[in-house]
Amino acid sequence: MQPAQSPPMPSGPAPSVITAQKLTKRYGALEVLRGVDLEAHEGEVISILGASGSGKSTFLRCLNLLEVPTSGDLTVLGERVRFRPKGDGLRIADHGQVNRLRSQVGMVFQNFCLWSHRTVLQNVMEAPIHVQGRNRHEVRDEAEAALARVGMADRAGYYPSQLSGGQQQRVAIARAIVMQPRVLLFDEPTSALDPELVGEVLKVMHDLAAEGRTMLIVTHEMAFARDVSSRIVFLEQGRVRAQGTPQALFRGGMDERFDQFVSHFMRQG
Amino acid sequence: MKASSLALVGFGVDGWGRLLLMAAGLTLAAALCSFAIGAMLGTAGAVLKLSSVATLRWIGTFYTTVFRGIPEILVVYLFYFGGSLALTHLMHLAGFPGFFSLPSFVIGVLAIGLVSGAYQTETYRSAYLRLERGQVEAGLACGMGRVVLLWRIIAPQTLRFALPALGNIWQSVLKETALLSIIGLVELLRQSTIAAGATRQPLLFYGTAACVYLVMGQVTGIGIRSVERHLSRYRGR
Ligand SMILES: Nc1ncnc2c1ncn2[C@@H]1O[C@H](COP(=O)(O)OP(=O)(O)OP(=O)(O)O)[C@@H](O)[C@H]1O
Ligand SMILES: [Mg+2]
Repeated sequence: MQPAQSPPMPSGPAPSVITAQKLTKRYGALEVLRGVDLEAHEGEVISILGASGSGKSTFLRCLNLLEVPTSGDLTVLGERVRFRPKGDGLRIADHGQVNRLRSQVGMVFQNFCLWSHRTVLQNVMEAPIHVQGRNRHEVRDEAEAALARVGMADRAGYYPSQLSGGQQQRVAIARAIVMQPRVLLFDEPTSALDPELVGEVLKVMHDLAAEGRTMLIVTHEMAFARDVSSRIVFLEQGRVRAQGTPQALFRGGMDERFDQFVSHFMRQG
Repeated sequence: MKASSLALVGFGVDGWGRLLLMAAGLTLAAALCSFAIGAMLGTAGAVLKLSSVATLRWIGTFYTTVFRGIPEILVVYLFYFGGSLALTHLMHLAGFPGFFSLPSFVIGVLAIGLVSGAYQTETYRSAYLRLERGQVEAGLACGMGRVVLLWRIIAPQTLRFALPALGNIWQSVLKETALLSIIGLVELLRQSTIAAGATRQPLLFYGTAACVYLVMGQVTGIGIRSVERHLSRYRGR
């Protein structure tokens, strides 16, 4: 069992975990992010919603530097990420810093991305041993605990190709949480799953949220976003179009485009 | 005096068995060294060809084009005579008169290694290109540095994709060591020629050599395929 995260400070806002300021990202002439500001506080569960192509994945991937923003400022776990100019964009100035921050920011991908040449248990043990440099024996116990946490303890010796999508995604979540990350990023974690497998993954994410973990979730699961998030951020064409509590946004009438977006989704399924 | 065929290829007093066996060992050693040199050059070549720097890509392409385009026997000759010429020249400069040549084993292994490296370059390059982006991103996302990423994720996955083609390259390297007979290395083919000449039994000795090549190829082939099976035990996606 993971220990519950320390609760937010009783007075004042919880400390900021990730702060993005005026983040932009361009691919050639295509402006994907046009100045996104977002501050995620400890314990927040933020769902990032938006139409396809609005820049959700790009934004999330900027937060752990899988994409390097074209301009803007990024502060992760209190450290300002160091960039240096390159052409008319930026590049990472200090890879050591980025690797250190990444090891404290867990990421779960749309298509799981488990290492296909390693078993379930090896997938989960890989980073604690080879990134954190920890002892194999103590890591093994924690990896098994993480797998138990997502209900995958009985598949420790399987290879990813032998598992269903939902099982793979739960292992991917175990791989992320075994690092004891301060924040978890999810990029459409259920979009690649058959409908009947979505529930088992959402259940695990629901439990993580209930533990008080800080999570940023890109998703098209409206009901989940509404029920689990503490805040909804609605992206449109690379900008934050609207944000607020799920209650405020889903009540309707706060933002016309958000209402359209939601009704469009509800109609679809 | 006409000894029986079996005695001639056997290990008795007038048998050539021991010499043939040693020559086969030399063939195997030359093939192993050539392949290993080829693996290093192939890795370097693939890195060059995959580079984002145009000049480096050009160097890589030049290497693979040249060494896949020239007959191998010519590469061996060029290395042998070129190498000796250069060494003799150097020795003269240092004040040692006379003719010097490099050991034919070294020359031959370098030449065949270079050619095999050109083929291995293509193998590693295309294997790397088959690597899924997500496998690398998952490593980056949990904070892996370049070295860990390379050794723990990229190398094993690339090797798995490369192995079938590497098996073929190994087989041809094993056979191509026969070229070293022309620069005086007494490997399996050369030893068989010597024995054939001395006993006037060419068919017997060349036939024996052919069998030994086949056996060496098959046995190592079985080994490679079992590694292949081991590495792809998780295949399915
Ligand atoms: N590496 C890239 N090179 C060029 N264009 C890109 C690249 N990555 C993303 N884009 C473009 O950026 C835009 C935003 O992509 P992004 O993946 O962030 O959208 P999204 O909101 O996550 O959409 P979806 O809901 O479909 O996942 C798209 O038009 C996409 O084609
Ligand atoms: Mg996306």
